[in-house]
Amino acid sequence: MFLKHTMLASGLALMATGAYAGCGLSGGNVNILGNEFGAIQAIVAKAKECAGDGVTIESNLTVDHRDIQVAALTANPAQYTSAIVANSSIVPLLNDDLIRPLDDLVAKHGQDLQPNQLITIDGKIMAVAFMANAQHLFYRSDILEQVGVEPPTTYDEVLAAAEAIRAAGIMEHPFAMNTKTGWNLGEEFVNMYTATGADFFKPGTAEVAINNESGVAALNMLKSLMEYSNPDFLTYDSNATQALWEGGQIALATLWGSRGGGILDDEGSSEEVVASTVLTAAPALNGDTPASTLWWDGFTIARNISDEDAEATFVALVEGLGDDVVKANNDEAVWLSPAYEPGPASAGVAATAQAGAKPYPMLPFMGLLHTAAGAELTEFLQGAESAEQALADVEAAYTTAAKEQGYLQ
Amino acid sequence: MKHKTFFWFILPSLAAMIVFIAMPLVSVVVQSLHVEHEQVMVVTENCGPFGCEEQTSVDAEATAKLREEKPLGRFNGLGTYFDRGHLATAEVATAWSERASLGDFFKRLYNLPLYKAIAFTLTYTFVVTPLVIILGLAIALGVNRVTPALKGPTIFVSLLPMIVTPLIGSLILFWMIDAQGIIGKSLQFLFDDPELSLKASPTLTWITLIIYGIWHSAPFAFVVFYAGLQSVSHETLEAARIDGASRWQQVRYVVIPHLMPLAIFIALIQLMDNFRVFEPVIGFSAEANAPSLSYIIYNDLKGDVIRFNSAAATSLLTVVGVIILLAPVLVRTWRDFNRKVV
Repeated sequence: MFLKHTMLASGLALMATGAYAGCGLSGGNVNILGNEFGAIQAIVAKAKECAGDGVTIESNLTVDHRDIQVAALTANPAQYTSAIVANSSIVPLLNDDLIRPLDDLVAKHGQDLQPNQLITIDGKIMAVAFMANAQHLFYRSDILEQVGVEPPTTYDEVLAAAEAIRAAGIMEHPFAMNTKTGWNLGEEFVNMYTATGADFFKPGTAEVAINNESGVAALNMLKSLMEYSNPDFLTYDSNATQALWEGGQIALATLWGSRGGGILDDEGSSEEVVASTVLTAAPALNGDTPASTLWWDGFTIARNISDEDAEATFVALVEGLGDDVVKANNDEAVWLSPAYEPGPASAGVAATAQAGAKPYPMLPFMGLLHTAAGAELTEFLQGAESAEQALADVEAAYTTAAKEQGYLQ
Repeated sequence: MKHKTFFWFILPSLAAMIVFIAMPLVSVVVQSLHVEHEQVMVVTENCGPFGCEEQTSVDAEATAKLREEKPLGRFNGLGTYFDRGHLATAEVATAWSERASLGDFFKRLYNLPLYKAIAFTLTYTFVVTPLVIILGLAIALGVNRVTPALKGPTIFVSLLPMIVTPLIGSLILFWMIDAQGIIGKSLQFLFDDPELSLKASPTLTWITLIIYGIWHSAPFAFVVFYAGLQSVSHETLEAARIDGASRWQQVRYVVIPHLMPLAIFIALIQLMDNFRVFEPVIGFSAEANAPSLSYIIYNDLKGDVIRFNSAAATSLLTVVGVIILLAPVLVRTWRDFNRKVV
């Protein structure tokens, strides 16, 4: 009896000591918060294969991730061990000191990462980027051929092409952008204003400076574009515009590059639309700079967690960024990896970056300006107020918010 | 009942209300009187996939220290209540002194976020509440006359709009009124206007939201009135009929006075609920045309930077608004109560 028990116990002990999870981890809890699109889902799915034998991996991928990340990571211990962020959503985490520097983890486990994937703030690695994204132009080559117009490179040319399509009776509303009131509309304004080359704020301060001729030019172009857009444009977010494109109802659109994979696949659309969809650089406004901002998406590790969890999270996510994931999901994103092969789905983002687009400003108070613009520009686009008044409203709303948040006195 | 017995009876509810309603309210009041600390900023070099650049960022350590010393932030008194995002006293004064006409003054007022929300919220409240009562009464009178065999199914169908979750109901209606949805297309056909869009014009969006609000709340009024109808005195009705009163006169002189206390009850509940209208604004993506007070509170609390202080101030202004709305009814109830005791 005693021998039997000893044999059983030692047998179990032997099994246990030899057991490691697939990624060389011995324990840790991983909980990932992120946005919900194809590339992130692929990464997290691969990361979850590291689970087992003391390592648990969970995730929450939702479009509302920016709304919950600050509160979730402020808790101690943090609710999530990693937040997948972009250049604008990392800023609130940096402001509140909610993420930890990754220098030691990169030195230990990040040998395969490229130098341009490491996001350093003040010399410390705060995030590991895995994809680049930008809004750019999508056009239907068959329709442009039908009306005999060259693919547009500036927004004035876009307007001319839209007018030609309308005059030929093909489509009444050939253009669309993500102009839903709120974050989307703010983003379109930021992109258009960036193309003018003017600064958003007085250099070195948090004082806003957009009520000038650059701001007026940007707003007037947005308004002209909306004349060629369906009157419901104030409800169009990324999903709505992608649906419009795949349904063949628009011929020109400014969409996120990350939508390219979904549009060019063989689901949700017709052969005619997919075969003639071309992705190209974002149009310029009145200079050479494309009217777009460059975004990166990457992962961060929370500060308020144990070192064991941090290491497990880092290892799991680096596994998720491996070459096999990139190759299997090549068209889901513009991956920042040598295993990535540029294809038609990434041509737009690459062209926009090459044309000299600037990255989205990672200023701590940029989010406040973005929110103010997204809320106050609606009346201008509906024709109820002038451009100067709209810009003054945006500046006033921003200044109130900045004073309340302590960026202005 | 003796006061002491009454006190012990309500103690559990009172304790729960203090913990879950009163204390959070005090916390919200305190938050609305503060603003964030001044952010300490430094210029650092940030590098990423697109190169390196010098940028301003927040000095996390210094700011964290400030927060540890004074977690609530800087005391701002009533400053937040009077800033542009709320009562906007300075902007209203400028608008008044610079006005070209009364219409121009209201147009400038409408430009301010809180007043735009108040305009929609008040319109919604004062249009939906009476129409809900009238429609509820009409449905109740109608259902009362249906043959007993069909009464059950009819009541079930009449209750459905209230049972459907507001968010789902408004989303479904949002898809139906789309220019390509069944209602949107039908309206375009009826009015022979291919450009007609219910979502684009502020006026039409308000009307859509109000119609949705009436449709959703009418069953509540119907249920209350229907219960009240069962207790209408048959003798009085009989007497009225003998005296030669028509159907409408019977309703007007017997049924409605009997149901008046119920109507006041429904008005009270509806005023409170409609003033806090929120889910239809989300479901119809109507924040551009028809923001409500609850929506602007929600808007402050979501996004990258959560503005607790601003949301707290707007919440309290909403509470003050509800108190002002209900004051007449509460005063009348208090007077009735005092009279009865005497």
